[in-house]
Amino acid sequence: MLKIRNLESGYGKIKVLKHVSMHVDPGEIVTIIGANGAGKTTLLATISGLIKAVSGDITFQGQNICATAPEKIPALGCVMVPEGRQVFATMSVEENLILGAHVLQKEGQRVIRELLDYQYALFPVLAQRKTQLAGTLSGGEQQMLAMGRALMSRPKMVMMDEPSTGLAPLIVKEIFQIIVRLRDEGKTVLLVEQNAKAALAIADRGYVFETGKVIVQGPADDLLNNQDVQRAYLGREKID
Amino acid sequence: MYWQKENECMPRVDLEQLQLERLQSTLYRVGTHVPFYRQKFREMKLDFEGFDSLEDIHKLPFTMKQDLRDNYPYGMFAVPLREVVRIHSSSGTTGMATVVGYTRNDIKNWSDLVARVLCAAGLTADDVIQIAFGYGLFTGGFGLHYGAERLGASVIPISSGNTKRQIQIMQDFKTTALVCTPSYALNIADVMLDMGINPRGLSLKFGLFGAEPWSEAMRREINEKLGIQATDNYGLSEVMGPGVAGECQQCNGLHISEDHFLVEILDPETLVPVKPGEIGEIVITTLTKEAFPVIRYRTRDLTRLLPEPCPCGRTFARMSRVLGRTDDMLIIKGVNVFPTQIESVLFDIDGTAPHYRIIVERENHQDKATVLVEVQESYLFDEMKKQSALIETIKSRLSSELGIGVAVKLVEEKTLERFEGKGQRVIDNRKI
Repeated sequence: MLKIRNLESGYGKIKVLKHVSMHVDPGEIVTIIGANGAGKTTLLATISGLIKAVSGDITFQGQNICATAPEKIPALGCVMVPEGRQVFATMSVEENLILGAHVLQKEGQRVIRELLDYQYALFPVLAQRKTQLAGTLSGGEQQMLAMGRALMSRPKMVMMDEPSTGLAPLIVKEIFQIIVRLRDEGKTVLLVEQNAKAALAIADRGYVFETGKVIVQGPADDLLNNQDVQRAYLGREKID
Repeated sequence: MYWQKENECMPRVDLEQLQLERLQSTLYRVGTHVPFYRQKFREMKLDFEGFDSLEDIHKLPFTMKQDLRDNYPYGMFAVPLREVVRIHSSSGTTGMATVVGYTRNDIKNWSDLVARVLCAAGLTADDVIQIAFGYGLFTGGFGLHYGAERLGASVIPISSGNTKRQIQIMQDFKTTALVCTPSYALNIADVMLDMGINPRGLSLKFGLFGAEPWSEAMRREINEKLGIQATDNYGLSEVMGPGVAGECQQCNGLHISEDHFLVEILDPETLVPVKPGEIGEIVITTLTKEAFPVIRYRTRDLTRLLPEPCPCGRTFARMSRVLGRTDDMLIIKGVNVFPTQIESVLFDIDGTAPHYRIIVERENHQDKATVLVEVQESYLFDEMKKQSALIETIKSRLSSELGIGVAVKLVEEKTLERFEGKGQRVIDNRKI
C-alpha cells in the first residue's frame, strides 16, 4: 500500500528524517514508535504532503506521491488523524464529520448519509452528541470525532498521530480497540505512538525511530521481545 | 505446502523493499553495536547510515571465518550476553573455534525458517521426525529440533550414532521422517539389510539430509534403498545453522529464505558477481539476526543460482546443491575439519615433524580419516610401547580438537612428498 525508500525530509536546513525506508501492506496495522523528536510526526507530515521530501521516494498504491499537493492526497485514499485531534470547536459534531467527506462531494447525500451512519455505529457516543459543539466534547470524544472525520473520506489507509495523548487509560483502550476493528474491517493503519507498549500490542509490525532513523524494525511481537526496545521505550529493565 | 506463504511467495518487488529495510537496520545494528564492523566502516569511510540501495552491497566489507576466530568468543555479538539465550560453536580450540549466539527472537526466527524447510519437503504436524544429527554445540541437532517442534511434528531427539538402536526406534516409534547426513542414511539402509529389516515395511516417507556434500546419484540410491523422498537443505552456523535454504518437493534446487538472508554469488578470485546461473562462492548477509549478524560472510561454498521460477510457487531464488569448497575445509562425518587444525595439534606434540597427510575414505557409507605423520627416526626404532603411546597421544589430541575420531599412522621422516608453495595435504578418495 505504502512504500517509502530512503526518505529524507525536514524543516528548512534542519534535516529530521535520514534515509528512512519502510512499508505498509494492505490490511496491516504498522506502528512507528520512538521518543519525542525522533521524527515520527515529520514522517506523517511528509507522507501527507505538508512537508516536501528532500530526497527519497514515497509511493502510495504504486503512485509516487512525493510531489503531490497535500489537498490531493486524501482523495487518493490516504488520510490523517492529526495529533491533538484539531476538531473544529465551534461546529457541531455532525458538521465536523461531514467536512471529512469533502472529497466525496460528487457522490451525493445518500453516500454521505451512509457514511455518517457508519461512524455513528462505530462511535455511538458521537451519535448521542451529533448536534453538540465539538469544543464541548471530552478529549476521548474529540479523538473519536477526529477519527470519524478521517474515516468519512472512505480512506484505504488511515494515519494516526499519537491518538493516546492526554487520554485516560480506559479511553486509550477503547480507541485502540476501534483501531483493531478498523483493521479487521480491511482498513490499513499507520499508527504513530509514544505509548509503545499499547501500540505494539495491537500492531502487526513496527518501526522504531531514533533521531530521524529507523534503528530497529520487525514484527510487533519481536519488538516487544527486543531488549533495546524494552529498555528505551517500554520502560522495562528486565532483572533476572 | 508453505509454512509462511505470505513471505515465501511474496512478489519480488516487495521482497526487495523488505530486504532494503532489513539491511539498513542490520547495518545500523552492527555499525553501532559491533566494534569489528564499526572499525571496518570507519576504515572504509563507509556511511552505514546512508546506505540506500541493495545494488551498493559490493561497497560493504566482507566477513571471513578468520574474523570470527579473531573475535573469539563473544567479540562479534551485537547484544550483551544477558540477551543471548543460546550459544553454539564450531569444533576446535581457542584460535580455531567460532562462537555464535542467538536471542529469543533469533531462536523464534530460526525455528520458523527450519519449519519452512521441513514444510517445503512435504512434512506436516502429523509426521514423526527422527533427528539423528548430533545434539550439542553443532547447530544441526538443535536447529532441526526446534524447527520440527515449531511445525508441530513429533520429534525424536535420538542424536547421532548407535545405528541398530536408530533402526529399532524407527521401527517401534513409526518414524516417518529421518534427519541426518546423507551418508549416514545409506549406512542405516545397509545395517537394516544386515538386520533383515525391509525398509519399505517401515513408516518412513521422507529424508532431510544436509551437513555434507552429496550428489544426485546418492539421492537416487537413498530413495531406492529406503523407499523415501530425500531432500537437501543448507545452512551454516556462522550465518544461523540449518534453515538458510531447503528443497521443495520438486527436488530441483534449494529455496533460499531471501527475506532473512541476502545472498551474492561471487567469483572467489576476483570477488565480483558471476553471471546469473554461473558457479561461484555464496556470500551471505543476515537481515534479521539480532545477536550475531554478519555482513557478506564468505562461506567458501560453491554453488550457482537457478534463475527460472520454481513450479512450487515460491518466489525465493533457488541455489543448486553445494558443488564444492573454495578452501581446503573437509567435511568428515558431517563435521567441518580444516587441515590447519591438524597441523597445529601436531606442532604441539614432541617427536612429530610438521609433515602429514590426511587420507579420507568412505567405507560402507561411513567416512574414515587416517592421518599419516612423519616422526623422528628414533621413534621408529624405539620400542613398540613408546610408539603406540605416541599414536595414542596424537589420536586423543586430534579427536578433542576436531570432534571426530581419526586413525593415526606413523611414517619415517622424509617419506611424505614435499611441496613447493601450497601443499596438497589431503587425499580425498570418497566417491560421492
